[in-house]
Amino acid sequence: MTEPLLKVRGLKIGATAYPPGEKPVAIKIVHGVDFDLEAGKVLGLIGESGAGKSTIGLAAMAYGRGGVEITGGEVWVNGRDILKENLRSLRRLRGAEVTYVSQSAAASFNPAKKIMEQVTEAAIFQGKFTKAEAEARAVELFSKLGLPDPENIGNRYPHQVSGGQLQRCMTALALCPEPDLVVFDEPTTALDVTTQIDVLAAIKEAIAATGVAALYITHDLAVVAQVSDHIMVLQQGDMVEYGTVDQIINAPKEDYTKALVSVRSIKHEEKTPTDNPVLRVENVTARYKGTNFDVLKNINVDIHPGQTLAVVGESGSGKSTLARVITGLLPPREGQITFDGRVLSPDLPTRPIEDLREMQMIYQMADTAMNPRQTVGTIIGRPLEFYFGLKGKAKQKRIQELLDEIELGDGFQDRYPAELSGGQKQRVCIARALAAKPKLIICDEVTSALDPLVADGILKLLLNLQKIEGVAYLFITHDLATVRAIADSIAVMYQGEVVRYGPKSQVLSPPFDDYTDLLLSSVPEMKIGWLEETIEHRRMESAGN
Amino acid sequence: MRNIPLSAMIGLFFTGIYFIMAIFAPWIAPYGMAEVVGDVWEPSSSEFLLGTDSIGRDLLSRMIYGGQTTIFIATAATILSFTLGSVMGFFAAVSGGWVDQVLSRFVDLIMSIPSLIFALVVLSVMPTTVPILIILMGLLDSTRVYRLARAVAVDITVMDYVEAARLRGEKIGWIIFRETLPNALSPLVAEMGLRFIFAVLFVSTLSFLGLGVQPPQADWGGIVKENKEGINYGIQAALYPAYAIATLCISINLVADWILNRTTSLKGGRG
Repeated sequence: MTEPLLKVRGLKIGATAYPPGEKPVAIKIVHGVDFDLEAGKVLGLIGESGAGKSTIGLAAMAYGRGGVEITGGEVWVNGRDILKENLRSLRRLRGAEVTYVSQSAAASFNPAKKIMEQVTEAAIFQGKFTKAEAEARAVELFSKLGLPDPENIGNRYPHQVSGGQLQRCMTALALCPEPDLVVFDEPTTALDVTTQIDVLAAIKEAIAATGVAALYITHDLAVVAQVSDHIMVLQQGDMVEYGTVDQIINAPKEDYTKALVSVRSIKHEEKTPTDNPVLRVENVTARYKGTNFDVLKNINVDIHPGQTLAVVGESGSGKSTLARVITGLLPPREGQITFDGRVLSPDLPTRPIEDLREMQMIYQMADTAMNPRQTVGTIIGRPLEFYFGLKGKAKQKRIQELLDEIELGDGFQDRYPAELSGGQKQRVCIARALAAKPKLIICDEVTSALDPLVADGILKLLLNLQKIEGVAYLFITHDLATVRAIADSIAVMYQGEVVRYGPKSQVLSPPFDDYTDLLLSSVPEMKIGWLEETIEHRRMESAGN
Repeated sequence: MRNIPLSAMIGLFFTGIYFIMAIFAPWIAPYGMAEVVGDVWEPSSSEFLLGTDSIGRDLLSRMIYGGQTTIFIATAATILSFTLGSVMGFFAAVSGGWVDQVLSRFVDLIMSIPSLIFALVVLSVMPTTVPILIILMGLLDSTRVYRLARAVAVDITVMDYVEAARLRGEKIGWIIFRETLPNALSPLVAEMGLRFIFAVLFVSTLSFLGLGVQPPQADWGGIVKENKEGINYGIQAALYPAYAIATLCISINLVADWILNRTTSLKGGRG
């Protein structure tokens, strides 16, 4: 039997935490993980944030980031235990035998140097190729990765290519020195779905063509199912399950894996529109101060009482700007907004308090949406005090009711936001919005920063609250799975325009316009071979045209 | 008292001594402030611990009373500059637009004139009394505090929680004092230590030049001025106030560092 390329035995990783005002505490991040990776195979590492997947990925290069230390175990690469090697021989390993692709290509490239110089740097430095050879290989990789104009794209600076292209350049950078192993750390997470599918396909083809082995780290099981041979599921530094893609997706053994596979399976019955929408946006056109470009062009949408309108689109499509116009933060150039039968003043400071109360907002980043120096009690209590003049006992009682409603219970009133988990923070933000007894809540990407299982909990809570309180939602998201789960009607936005609008069943059933079709078909499905099918389907269609 | 680092302990100790001496000066000082008790520039003895000054006053008593004057003026000026500077800075950042422009350009204008020259010009036409000194130093220093407070607040006002407060319909007072101020406190406290030190140096400089605290009232800068001739004869009298200024500045800095470390935790500064 041949020796595997990468052999990890009993890997233990720890770090030191510095709680303010207390003695430093040693924490364990990974508690003893074993796995093998054969040459030319792809292993997917999957888990929620804090599961230790990136830490394990970096350990394959014998590296710990930001005070992280490898405290025990063995990591064998090409028959050598790299944890025993000194910095000098590790230098020959990193960037030659093992390379790394990070999540944010934009933050990883040096903006002052041309792409070609950075892509070939490691290969030349390690003495694998001469400059001319390395450049020839880079061009070859650029063309394999489907980059436009592969001969000349290397002469551009990082800001001169798009995010998806830069991520592919980064893959080229990692593959250029002909490594044996590449660590992909969430390479498509920061990309829009329509871009993600292209990058994913490019990475998969490049892996196949070069015969390199890879560790593919992601939190999205549907993505990892497309590129991997095996999958390892991690939870809080422990291996939960290891198996072939087929086994993990189709026959998961552990409960945690089952939960990950069945995530986003919320069923929601679509409600029929009423005659009196709670919010009506008519012919709204808006642009930011000091620009000569309309970010929103002639938008018309309605939201009905107790129902959810999902606004879906890629980054830059104008969906968050729509929320700013509705809330009055950005007065529109043209058009008007009617709320509960009254025409809203376009500008925030001139709106009466009652209008402000009835329309509340929940943000994407719960971290920055709560003042870190206020307790949960103050955060939820302020709207009660401000809008209803509640004080003392009555206020305390109402805060506790709201906490019960968001399923947090006792003991949270005196906590600070820093003492809550991501999901708990978002729940507190929901409670703050509910405290005002609004008719409409604008939810701006409220689940995008959360792990899938936590996000699921938040969506269920929102649907439940809608049933109890009869509140309407304007739900802004880029995630179509979320839309399917909670929307009654959908508006698809593209470059500042609503390209498709109507009840959910209608918007999500054919015939589609080109953009909606592209968007819908780009969402990864939890099915082996989905990527190939979709790419093949698109090829046939474009050949047919 | 647990967990106070050694450096902060030292800082607290010396700062404490100086402030206690300043507050209880009349009870601690062995002689009166302007009382002539001995010969000119007597060496230190059991009678006069630090010796006597250029006209035969007890130097230790002068130092203690001088510390009272210097520390009082510096403290009052720092409080004035912080109140004014941070409120105006927050106001500019939260209001934005032309309010911010007008205030900031005005502050730029004041800052473009060197503060010592500015102070000398003003003091040459105004009576040099302690209240005038305090107001002048407070106003000049508030421009520096304004710049810092505005810069910190601009970062905070773009946070979603400030936007949420605006959407709730909160008035500007709530946004400044409840949303912005608690989060801007730690850099401001650190700056406060530094500004206090500059105030000590500034008032000492003015007194040395003869435009600050007027004799016979003692202050550290003035003591240096009165005794500077003695240096030619190997007399240390002018150096004591210099030692005092140096140790006070270093101790305050040590304390400010510690406070900054403590308050950077996001647990409401109670960490």
